[in-house]
Formats: sequence, structure tokens, C-alpha cells
Amino acid sequence: MYNPTVARLTYRALLGRRRALILCALPALLLVVAVAVRAMNGADDAVTSELLGGFALATLVPLIGVIAGTGAIGPEIDDGSVVYLLSKPVSRTSVIVTKLVVATGTTAVFSAVPVLVAGFVLNGNSQQIAVAYALAAVVASIAYSALFLLLGTVSRHAVVIGLVYALIWEALIGSLVPGAKTLSVQQWALALAEKVAGSGADVSSSVGLPAALVLIVVVTVGGTLFAGQKLRTLTLAGEE
Amino acid sequence: MSTLSIDRVSRWFGNVVAVNDITMDIGPGVTGLLGPNGAGKSTLIHMMGGFLAPSNGTVSLEPSPGPEGRPTVAAPIWRNEDSYRHIGLVPEREGMYDFLTGHEFVLANAELHGLPDPRAAAAEALSTVEMEYAQDRRISTYSKGMRQRVKMASALVHHPSVLLLDEPFNGMDPRQRMHLMELLRKMGDEGRTVLFSSHILEEVEQLASHIEVIVAGRHAASGDFRKIRRLMTDRPHRYLVRSSDDRRLAAALIADSSTAGIEVDKAEEALRIQAVDFTRFTTLLPRIAREHGIRLYTVSPSDESLESVFSYLVAA
Repeated sequence: MYNPTVARLTYRALLGRRRALILCALPALLLVVAVAVRAMNGADDAVTSELLGGFALATLVPLIGVIAGTGAIGPEIDDGSVVYLLSKPVSRTSVIVTKLVVATGTTAVFSAVPVLVAGFVLNGNSQQIAVAYALAAVVASIAYSALFLLLGTVSRHAVVIGLVYALIWEALIGSLVPGAKTLSVQQWALALAEKVAGSGADVSSSVGLPAALVLIVVVTVGGTLFAGQKLRTLTLAGEE
Repeated sequence: MSTLSIDRVSRWFGNVVAVNDITMDIGPGVTGLLGPNGAGKSTLIHMMGGFLAPSNGTVSLEPSPGPEGRPTVAAPIWRNEDSYRHIGLVPEREGMYDFLTGHEFVLANAELHGLPDPRAAAAEALSTVEMEYAQDRRISTYSKGMRQRVKMASALVHHPSVLLLDEPFNGMDPRQRMHLMELLRKMGDEGRTVLFSSHILEEVEQLASHIEVIVAGRHAASGDFRKIRRLMTDRPHRYLVRSSDDRRLAAALIADSSTAGIEVDKAEEALRIQAVDFTRFTTLLPRIAREHGIRLYTVSPSDESLESVFSYLVAA
């Protein structure tokens, strides 16, 4: 299922100079804010939870997910270089699964790791808050990657649609509107964080853990299957 | 000996019919797919390469028998990843992982084919296209001709029995063009099925032993290049000529059987000449001008547009 050559090509495309800069900028911002908050406020569980939940999980993770998820396949389809992957006796499912692994890995490294570090900087992992949010970020990375990878295969405007989704749905509506919360990757990931974090940490999700896990699996598997299907019938825009 | 079969294939995009009920078999040797821009050549090649589903009909490949001489069956190409074991594709588009070096690119292609020794295969393919000297440079630094050759190497890396090339000579300089032609000719002589598209008749004529002409989505002509060339050279050619003495030139030219009509165009201050014997006329015009001490200012073919050439071919 996992094709090392496809993975190598995808990693090199993703971590090319410009995209790598964007991928580093957001985590760097999170760490700078974490250091600043700690220096001014001292260790505070509520502030930690607010920063990791309100900024990191609600904005940073989906944004990194958009960049890594759509970037793992969108540009190749856009410039036509995907032909070289697809004109091979390699199953399209294996291409998609490999790209999902790469996108998830990239998203997790550029979101979960900085979340963990920021959590330790903010309150030294008191109440397990740092670990809880880092785990949530890993789980969210999987779902976002599948979702945005699919988006990359179906639309030429994947980045724009992905950004709108990440910023408006996840960061705004998903945090504020009660009904929409159920359909937010962020809330599913929070359900896990809620379980891991200490009871006084004030981490809560509007979705129960079993439902959240089911939804994450459904989105990830469904998205991957659908993306594989799209790739199998990918039509190259003619030059004529 | 692989054969590509196109059986009553049509492809439409919304209301636009790009390929209209085409049936043809492409066998071993070099075949040129000729037609003006927008005729549906790329659409047809995309269908042969498995990157576009025919709206109607089937495109299938009957690969050459395996090493054990097992008989093979024709299988449709659409949604059949296995067919790429036999097909090498040289797309027209330029996107090709520019951040890789030529060697890394061809090696990746060899690995994706699951070849037993991808390094050796990549080295061989790069040597076939004579790109070893630049194989460690990034593709982003390559010229168009170099990119084309690396694309060729990536398509040849698994020794496919079928090679499909979409406008392979676009943007190549004459030397590169000659080199690629030599290579394709060799592939054809080895018994591979080589199909390339072009909108330039001379290219096709120089290279292909067999020509398929597509005009406006239809299969307009098929056959030996000599037949098509005769049609090409025998058709009446029109020229616009300006000289130091139009009328004297006209009088001298009309005396020869290679011209069928000459008109003095007052508005353009030029002669409009219809030549019926192309080869003879092209040597006659400068000779007569010299003999009569007439200076030629403009000699331009006025109906060399591809559309007129092709519509003539279709009518013939």
C-alpha cells in the first residue's frame, strides 16, 4: 500500500523552500506567543488551555492541514506532473494512501510537536494539558489530511476552499455555533483531549469520544476511498 | 508487436465533439498523427494513454506476447493500470517535478515501474537520450529540448512496446529535432509501436512510415506518406509576389506550365500567382527574375495556413 518512491516525491514537493517556510511560520508564531505569555503571566492552566484550544487546535492545525493536505497532490494535478505517477503499474489507492501518510506526518510534525512544546513552555504540562492537545492535534492531522487531500483531487481551488473551511468553519463556526460543532474535526479531536487532560483543565468537547472516533474514522476512510476513486478516473485537461 | 485498437471512439465535452467516431489500429513502426491545432489529436492521445475515458467506443491494447510466447488478449486501457507495463507516455505538458535532477526523475520513474534494477535502467535510458552530461542538474534549469529528452528517458525506462508522444517536437531546435527523430525511427525499426502527434506536415513526413490525419475530430485520411505528400505537393499553391516590374514578371511566368493563373492586384500592388507544379515553380520564379533583371521584393505563400492545407487533403 505504501510506495516509498511516491512518498519521496511528495515529501520533496511539500518541503520545498516556499512551502516549508509557510509550514514553519505558524508553529514559530505559536512558540513566540507561548514564550511571551509565560513571561508575562507565569504558568496558568486556563490561559494554556485557551491558547492551545483557541489558537493552536482551532487555527494552526487546520491551516497546516490545508497546506500539507492540498500540497501533497494539488500542485501535481495542476501542472500535469501527476501523469508520471499515474502512468505506472501502481494502484491509485496506493498513491493516495501514501500521500495521506505523508500529509498526515507533515501536519503532525508541524502542528502536534509545536503544540506539545508550547504546552510545556506555558504550564509545564500541568493537568496533562500539553499532552492532551498534542494528541488531539495528531488525531486532527489525520482527518484534516484525508479531507484536504480529497479536496486537492477534486478542485483546482483546493487551497482557497481549504482556507475558507479552516478559518470560517473550524475556527469560527465550529467554535461558536452549537449545531455545527458536531461536524467539526476540531471538536472530535477535543473529545480526545478532554479524556486525556485533568478534570480541572477545562478542556471540553461538544461531541462524545465514541462518536468523535467514529466520525474521524468515517471521514478519513471515506475521504481516502473517494480520493482514490477520483484519481482512478482523473482526466487531464487537454491543451487544445 | 503491440497493437493499439481504437474502435468507434468518440469523445465529447458538453456540446463540443472533440473526437468523432474514429476507428483505427496502430501497429508496430512509427505512425504520425497529423492534424491542425484543435483537431482532437491530444484528446485521442489522452484516450490512448488512459487519461481520458471515451464517451463512446473502446481504446484497447493488445500487448506483444510475453517471453514464454503466451498469447495475449486485448484489454481496454481506461482504468487499467496494468497497461502501463507496455506503454511509455511522453506528455505535451511541461510539469515534471522541476525540483528533481534529471537522474532523480528518471530513477523515480524506473522505481515506480517496479523494475528489478532501477539504477541501471535509469542510466541506460539517460544514455539513450544522451542526457548523461546534465543528469545531475535540476530539471528547472533545463532547456525545452533537454526536458523533452528527459521525458523520453522516463518513458523508455521500462522498454515499453508502445510509445505515445504528444507533439514531441514542439519547441525543439533543429539539432534536437533530428536527434529525437533518429531515436524514434530506431524504436520503430525495433518493432515498437510508436505514435506521435504533430501539426507540422514536414515533421510527420520525415519520420512516419504511416500517417493518420485527423481534422475537426474526424479521421480524414490514412496511409502511406507518399500518397499524402503527393496530395500536398500537387495541390495548387497561391503566392503573393512583389517585384520591381510586376507585369513583365507576370508575362514571363504565365508562359510556363507550372502556373495556372496570375492576377495583378492593384490595391496590394502585387501579383497573385496560382502555381500548379510546386517544385517547378519554386525553381522557376528566381530563375526568370534573374534572367529578366527583375528584383523580387516579396514572395509569400498566401494559402499555406494549415487549415487550407488540411481542408484540401480532406477534399482530395
